Amino acid sequence: MKPVLVIGGGVAGIQAALDLADRGLKVHLVEKSPSIGGVMAQLDKTLPTMDCSICILAPKMIECSRHPNITIHTQSQVKEVAGGAGNFDVKVLKEPRSVNESKCTGCGVCSQKCPTKVRNDWQEGLADRKAIYIMFPQAVPLTATIDRDHCLYFQKGVCQVCSKVCPSGAIDYEQKPEEIDLNVSSIVVATGFQEYDPSELKEYGYGRFKDVLTAMEFERLVCASGPTGGHLNRPSDGKLAQRVAFIQCVGSRSHKKGYPFCSSVCCMYATKEAVLIKEHDPASEVNIFYMDLKVFGKGFQQFVDRAKSHYGVVYIRGRPGEVRMNPVTRDLTIWYEDTNTGDVTSKEADMVVLCTTMIARPENKELAEALGLELDEWGFFKPLNPLTNPIETGLPGVFICGCSHGPRDIPESVAEASGAAACAAEVARRFM
Amino acid sequence: MSEKPRVGVFVCHCGINIGGYLDVPDVVKYAETLPDVAYAEANLYTCSSDGLQKIKEAIKKHDLNRVVVASCTPRTHEPLFQGACEEAGLNKYVFEMANIRDQCSWVHMHERNKATQKAKDLVRMAVAKARLLTPEEEPEIDIQPIGMVIGGGVSGLTAALSLADQGFEVHLVEKEDKLGGYLNKLEKLFPNNTKAEDVIKPLIQRVKETPNITVHLKSTVTDVKGFVGNFDTEITTGDETLPLNVGTIIVATGADYLNPEGLYGYGEVEGVVTQLELEGLIKEGKLGKAKTIVMIQCAGARIEERPYCSRICCSEAMKNATLLVEENTRRDLYILYRDLQTYGLSYTELEWDAKKKGVKLVKYDIERPPVVTKGEKGPVVKVFGPLLGEELTIEADMVVLSAPLIPNEDNKRLSQLLKVPLNSDGFFLEAHVKLRPLDFATDGVYVCGTAHSPKEVAESLAQARGAASRAGIPMAKGRLKTAAITSVVDETKCSGCGTCIELCAYNAITKNERGLAQVTSAVCKGCGVCGASCPERAITMRHFTNEELEAQGLAAIKEA
Repeated sequence: MKPVLVIGGGVAGIQAALDLADRGLKVHLVEKSPSIGGVMAQLDKTLPTMDCSICILAPKMIECSRHPNITIHTQSQVKEVAGGAGNFDVKVLKEPRSVNESKCTGCGVCSQKCPTKVRNDWQEGLADRKAIYIMFPQAVPLTATIDRDHCLYFQKGVCQVCSKVCPSGAIDYEQKPEEIDLNVSSIVVATGFQEYDPSELKEYGYGRFKDVLTAMEFERLVCASGPTGGHLNRPSDGKLAQRVAFIQCVGSRSHKKGYPFCSSVCCMYATKEAVLIKEHDPASEVNIFYMDLKVFGKGFQQFVDRAKSHYGVVYIRGRPGEVRMNPVTRDLTIWYEDTNTGDVTSKEADMVVLCTTMIARPENKELAEALGLELDEWGFFKPLNPLTNPIETGLPGVFICGCSHGPRDIPESVAEASGAAACAAEVARRFM
Repeated sequence: MSEKPRVGVFVCHCGINIGGYLDVPDVVKYAETLPDVAYAEANLYTCSSDGLQKIKEAIKKHDLNRVVVASCTPRTHEPLFQGACEEAGLNKYVFEMANIRDQCSWVHMHERNKATQKAKDLVRMAVAKARLLTPEEEPEIDIQPIGMVIGGGVSGLTAALSLADQGFEVHLVEKEDKLGGYLNKLEKLFPNNTKAEDVIKPLIQRVKETPNITVHLKSTVTDVKGFVGNFDTEITTGDETLPLNVGTIIVATGADYLNPEGLYGYGEVEGVVTQLELEGLIKEGKLGKAKTIVMIQCAGARIEERPYCSRICCSEAMKNATLLVEENTRRDLYILYRDLQTYGLSYTELEWDAKKKGVKLVKYDIERPPVVTKGEKGPVVKVFGPLLGEELTIEADMVVLSAPLIPNEDNKRLSQLLKVPLNSDGFFLEAHVKLRPLDFATDGVYVCGTAHSPKEVAESLAQARGAASRAGIPMAKGRLKTAAITSVVDETKCSGCGTCIELCAYNAITKNERGLAQVTSAVCKGCGVCGASCPERAITMRHFTNEELEAQGLAAIKEA
């Protein structure tokens, strides 16, 4: 039987690939970045079990890399798609790593010796990486990659230190972009989401005040493998944050700025992050400013109840109007109307976390064009019918799962990924 | 394996994760001194392809027959190292791991000497066990390519169709006399107001037309024995029972609606109905001239005795309220809510739409819930709106309670039959909340739809497809290897007391014809409860024998 193409190597894509491979179908897993893992690999803990996120995801990532039926294509993007269900011709463009994948052992010596520091996007900019780097310690494949835009050799023709220190001779500056032609029976789209950039909401001071963070930045800050080793040293002056405020619906549920939809997961991840702070230091003060507390998932209400009663997390109903900073102490003041009482008042905080909405990935546009599919008004993929055909698309043989078609949480993404795998398996059988 | 043990020890630096906090070369040097250790080395990353290659080379070069890796956790990495052993021609059960990352470098970050000493202790223990390890065979079992789906609602129908489309035979078991479940009672479905019958009828039709699907109406599953691949089940239809041998089972038994008796005047004040009853009234055109309609959310949900949120009620109320206003713009629609649970792209849209159409959303506080009393013309609702800062009195024609979905009353019986758990709310509990939402810990049994928790139709459909994928995996393979870590009964010691049979959570132990304990390896999960409780010490676990554990334990307290 023909293989299946899975686009996106986050938890949804990984699950779809494993389901298909386990039943005996060959899978091509195409991932844009140098490692599979997606956003879940960046998270600290997951609720409600408080499992370490990478610790439960890493075995699945490794399973993908060891699975005889899965071929992982990293730094790759789908460029052209022709044909239809049972017979898609797909062109994938693989960017050069400048490192030979079969020779690199992931020892990391190249990164240690590389002289060029670059913003570390995986650490959400809270740390630096080198121009040659491994995305994160559990990366799959565990292979270094050269960021050609910043590498001294590629920019100025000098250095080549990595090539000199690499014990396995894996550095290959001559690597060219590679075109990979695939013929597949069906396609699973699992391109995920990205975080809304709250800079346009000037009132919250993101970008102006260093200690106003997005939720993803906070995940890295509070994570033991993050830039501070999990200590809540605030970025501006390193002071330990003991008063933290979370602002919900940043970029969501608004027709004025941002997006009208509810991002589905923020109330719960804020609650989880609040609990993490309380676990670090029970004396800390955590306030969550919300509009409606979204507790619609299995066990969510109980998790919130525990956050309130056991950990002492405080929920305040009201959308803050403004965050101000004291230039001397760098402390932040959140001005808000408590809509339960009608009082306009303020709270002090050492750090503010903006619970930003999940938005569509910009790459969806190009992919949708290649597939001949329409996106919705926000750039998400559209299901064939949001009620009766949530996984199918307008193109038979192309299926969607996870946040590629709107915000949803991990279990829902995983369940849908299995659903997309079932759809792909049905197609594979039909065109056997 | 009677040959003399030749143990290879591989100590991982894990970059700086281990190497930065304890003296890895010193641990290697120590390992070389341990009995039967034929070779030891340090690796920067033992799990890298380079590290795995080194293990394989060392096995060949030094004729190793046992392997110990001292690195991170077996939870994530054991299969990887076992794979390397197999590729070098060894049985995977001669492999042992020492977790010197989590248990040494992580927890003793600032105590280099002590961390190093503890790593040596753990390596000594691992070697002590490894010397006694023996190769084990993993039993292979055949998988019947027949699926059983319990429940003929929208989830069960979808799961059955997917299994059939994947090429498997399916038995669909429904307790009512017709297929369709709750969708038979609903009028229009959000988010796009499709008629429920337009969703459910085509599904039923396709199921009826699919030759691979056998529908059993008015039937319940009354017995389940066996294990993945070979469940011996019995379904009962009236007075008749039918034995069915199936490979996998999908639980799609759905949920019920709470009867909100005694809440907000329900059953006492005329004109107080549930959302489900409202759907029925609309469907039958019996709504009458009701002009002012008040919907009360969380009627019996998010309270102490039923703490969970029912997920669908806010969207359902938005949809019904909007439809009622659209039908007659002079209607006054109120939704009294605690927290709006409209989420995601299409369900949030329902909320915006309702607001635009003039539906009045009034937040109430659970400390001061609405009160419904009998008025002169109809029910009167008094509600304190904290956002308004005042109490509203609404003379209504009709009050609609959004009562939550509750677990199916048959869940408990079924959970015992299938040996799968329920959560504290009474819904089925999956194997892992995050990453295995559709599996049970019991192999070969899966869950989808509202049997799992309240959810929308679209979400149930997606889950049903997903459960069909999970169930399809073992059936597509046809054969399955099960782990060799299972219990073994020494019949010469067994007294037939039956303690193990009582305690086994998986029904893996039965009495044989001589009254002695007998383990079905395919069902055994290797938990060890039987071995620990056997008064005669007649039961041991493969890969965790008494001798192996004793050697490991003694090594913990005694320098070699």
